[in-house]
Amino acid sequence: MIAATVPDVLVFVTAALLIVVGALGVLAVKNPVHAALSLIMTLFGVAIAFVAQSADFLAAVQVIVYAGAIVVLFLFVIMFLGVDRREHVEVEPLVGQRAFAGIGVVVTVAGIVTLMAKSHWVTGAVAVSGQGTPIVPGSANVREVGTAVFTTYLFAFEATAALLIIAVVGAVLLARRERRRDEIDEATASAAPVTEGSDR
Amino acid sequence: MTTFATVDPLFNHGVTWAVLLIVIIKAVVGFAALMGSVTLMIWFERKAISDMQSRIGPQRWGPFGLLQTLADGIKLFFKEDLMPAEADRFVFKLAPYLVLVPALITFSIIPIGGTVTVAGHVIDLQVANPPIGILVMLAMSGISVYGVILAGWSSGSKYPLMSSVRASAQMISYEAALGMTIVTVVLATGSLSTHDIVNAQAHGIWHWNVIRLGIVPFVVFVMAITAELNRPPFDVVEAESELVGGFHTEYSSLRFALFFLAEFMNVITMSAMIVTLFLGGPAGWVPNIPHLRWVFPILWFLAKTTGFAFVYVWFRGALPRFRYDQLMDLGWKRLIPLSLGWMLIVAGFLVNRSWGFLMAALVLVAYIVLTRAFELGDGRRGDVLPTVGERPLPGAVLRAWTDRDSREEEE
Repeated sequence: MIAATVPDVLVFVTAALLIVVGALGVLAVKNPVHAALSLIMTLFGVAIAFVAQSADFLAAVQVIVYAGAIVVLFLFVIMFLGVDRREHVEVEPLVGQRAFAGIGVVVTVAGIVTLMAKSHWVTGAVAVSGQGTPIVPGSANVREVGTAVFTTYLFAFEATAALLIIAVVGAVLLARRERRRDEIDEATASAAPVTEGSDR
Repeated sequence: MTTFATVDPLFNHGVTWAVLLIVIIKAVVGFAALMGSVTLMIWFERKAISDMQSRIGPQRWGPFGLLQTLADGIKLFFKEDLMPAEADRFVFKLAPYLVLVPALITFSIIPIGGTVTVAGHVIDLQVANPPIGILVMLAMSGISVYGVILAGWSSGSKYPLMSSVRASAQMISYEAALGMTIVTVVLATGSLSTHDIVNAQAHGIWHWNVIRLGIVPFVVFVMAITAELNRPPFDVVEAESELVGGFHTEYSSLRFALFFLAEFMNVITMSAMIVTLFLGGPAGWVPNIPHLRWVFPILWFLAKTTGFAFVYVWFRGALPRFRYDQLMDLGWKRLIPLSLGWMLIVAGFLVNRSWGFLMAALVLVAYIVLTRAFELGDGRRGDVLPTVGERPLPGAVLRAWTDRDSREEEE
């Protein structure tokens, strides 16, 4: 067990506060753009937690990929489709989904708690359990992540990559349907087709 | 502390008060130097562009109009600070800092010289040398996107919003190509740290990445970084003929000054970044003058950076703005495949020669397939449904659309 020093604790508390407050903010805030902003705060908190575990590379990637690209895409969609208006939460598109959602929450939380209680996943030197070898900072950090991803977790890595490609192809297929002959005539004759879904 | 000790010799003997003082001095000097060069950069850009357009440019304040920027700064400082009624107050105030702070942080990882030894402490002439090095730049450019997007959105005004939608799409598209070229440099160096990247290029012009990696990553990087900065010819975000002033239309006074400052700061920082990654940073010929050897790397660095700062002004003076679809075509269909393919070839050659040629052959085949795919796609443009409505939207639909919105708000 490696004793935690005062700075360690301070950093952990800061990161944890950022994560929790940000996550609660995403749920509590009404405006979608503000929710996206709180999500960024959470992601930063996670990045700080990574740095505290000397996983600098992961921290940088966390900021670049999640904060720098994915939430920007969220914002893009929010602004482009104009969904930053008050939503009608009482309308349920799927009847009876709340019960299923509740069961899903219980199962997920139970799963996470079991994993935390039973597993031996150790990421770094100042991990709570204090097991395993500390990660070497700097470029060695990259090597370690790279080796892990391309040897031990190769299948998971490639499966994720395939999944992403499938998602992209699916999105393109859904968004860019080929026109039928009669539709071409219709579209040129009438006004623009404004999709009903875009005002939700 | 192990994190820093491995990269910066300053922390080798632990952190004492002297070390802390040196770090603070470095930060202050770096900040002051950046601020000073920003005022010079604004003057330089205005002078150079006016020369290109056969005008005189600023000339009233100080010799050659050097103090014009200072006068403009004072003017902006005393202007009334306006906020649109429709603005999202918190985000509107936050946005300028999201642009300015990343611009400042990015500069901190640039090595502006070799090392100096003061009172037994070996000091790297760069504000910080984090182990993740160049990734700081990518992370910060990711953050500064938010400044632009949120500034446009929070203004509660049409044109800034359009500008921020453009910005979000553009900056993400070009970040991919940017990242790929940086990976090429990092692969060849074997380290993420900017200090190591510069050191690897220190042994003469043939070791500079611009030549060593082939000219392609350099060209892609310059284009991608120009787009990332929203500088001409990629400045559709601030296209004044279409969008009034772009994302900062509704800003005034000090907040506008912050955007302005950040933009020029970014020009300097990114010029310096190009120099660091591809042109050896402070590398250059050093005459053997005792006690003054440390000055020459700084001079080399300044000369190269000024050169690229001029190139940016030159771009602005010489090139017409891209249309939005051309911009996206260039980013996704040209730069990303090009930088990805080149990265694979460089990686192949780093293993050994036969792998290199194999990769080159594979990439060539992939390019031919891709070109054919683009041709096929272009040929079928008419019979694929557009994603979002027809463009341009007919007036009737637009009017019905806006009327419904205003009705909803009244209810």
